[in-house]
Amino acid sequence: METHPYDAIVLGGGPAGLTAAIYLARARLSTLVLDTGTPGGQMNLSHEVANYPGVLVTSGAELGRIMRSQAESFGARVISQVDLLGLDLKSELKLVEVEDEGVFSAPVVILAPGGSPRTLGLDSERRFMGRGISYCATCDGDFFAGQDIAVIGGGNSALEEAVSLTKYASSVTILHEFDHFQAHPWAVEQARTNPKIRFLMEQMVTDFEGDERLAAVTSIHKVTGKTVRVPVTGTFIFIGYVPRTVFLSGQVELSDRGEILTDERMRTNLPGVYAAGDARAKPYRQITTAVSDGTIAAIHAAEVVENWKKKAK
Amino acid sequence: MLHTKLNHIESTQQYQELLSSGKKIAVVCGRMGPMCIPVYDVMDSLKTKYPDVEFMDMEFDAPVAAETIRRLPETRSFQGLPFTVYFRDGKVAAATSSIQNKQQVKEILDAKLK
Repeated sequence: METHPYDAIVLGGGPAGLTAAIYLARARLSTLVLDTGTPGGQMNLSHEVANYPGVLVTSGAELGRIMRSQAESFGARVISQVDLLGLDLKSELKLVEVEDEGVFSAPVVILAPGGSPRTLGLDSERRFMGRGISYCATCDGDFFAGQDIAVIGGGNSALEEAVSLTKYASSVTILHEFDHFQAHPWAVEQARTNPKIRFLMEQMVTDFEGDERLAAVTSIHKVTGKTVRVPVTGTFIFIGYVPRTVFLSGQVELSDRGEILTDERMRTNLPGVYAAGDARAKPYRQITTAVSDGTIAAIHAAEVVENWKKKAK
Repeated sequence: MLHTKLNHIESTQQYQELLSSGKKIAVVCGRMGPMCIPVYDVMDSLKTKYPDVEFMDMEFDAPVAAETIRRLPETRSFQGLPFTVYFRDGKVAAATSSIQNKQQVKEILDAKLK
């Protein structure tokens, strides 16, 4: 099979991967970005981004579109919706095999696969997805006008979206697994003072019930063991994200949470392999921190590529 | 107006003509929102792999959607965007609600439209 050589391959087209591509391509390195989904990553799930410096307010999808255009304007090639068939990160020349595209090689690879919304993992959750269960309030909120709904989660997203859903719903019941919230105090206060919102704390959601559509959520109180059945026609789930690193197992060193371990220059345990963005083990996950990771990884990776080229001459 | 790389269905007449043509059709009915954009992208990526399928989109809030896709019995229980409907010989072969990844779409295309 023919191998297509590049100076650098970036796996993932979210803010970390696209920023890395901007820096690498601008350093005149031939750069390939491979994304198994839609470039933009989790930014695509943000209806409004208001904390990205230099941009008053925009949508995540628009910010992703601009980042992609910027990377392509410097010569990076971006391929979306790829199916990865194989990955060899341990050799000096890294190899990535992609269905219908062939094998790509490069002396450096930047891993920026990002994360996916965490699910509860219940069979009934899958059954009612799009029939009462949603992960996007701005997308599906208006289906539940005048109805009783639930929000599962206790972070900023859960509480902010619960408040925004009161625009449509008659009532919003927040079910959270702990006795306190992880959200910022101001987000908790906004939710607590909203008369349409009530709280069920220390709940472990066990089932979703209904026929064609969702009719109720069942949960168990984690301390008393008491079962609660909440009649709702809609449930929005915001319980964080999981790193998309299953495909890297056995290749690079991962934390026990599946996050990629790096040093402060974004180097993994493998020479020539970097990681950036939400899939990296780190305390804060924002677009800005992903952009920072991508920048650092690309600057150091560019030095490695230049040395590799000199050595190869 | 949807800003996608798919062809748009903009009128009920166009929809009916497509269905009566007997072609294999996949229609993504949505908005330019977080759950919809990835599905348009998936469909666009599959055009070359499935040359006999017409990959189309339709604006969820346009009159054509209210008169066609949103009125189908198969979408009656749907509460998540986008509504994606697959047609074969003018009839609904499959329908899904909410975001779908490439693998899920391919499974439906292989099972229902091949």
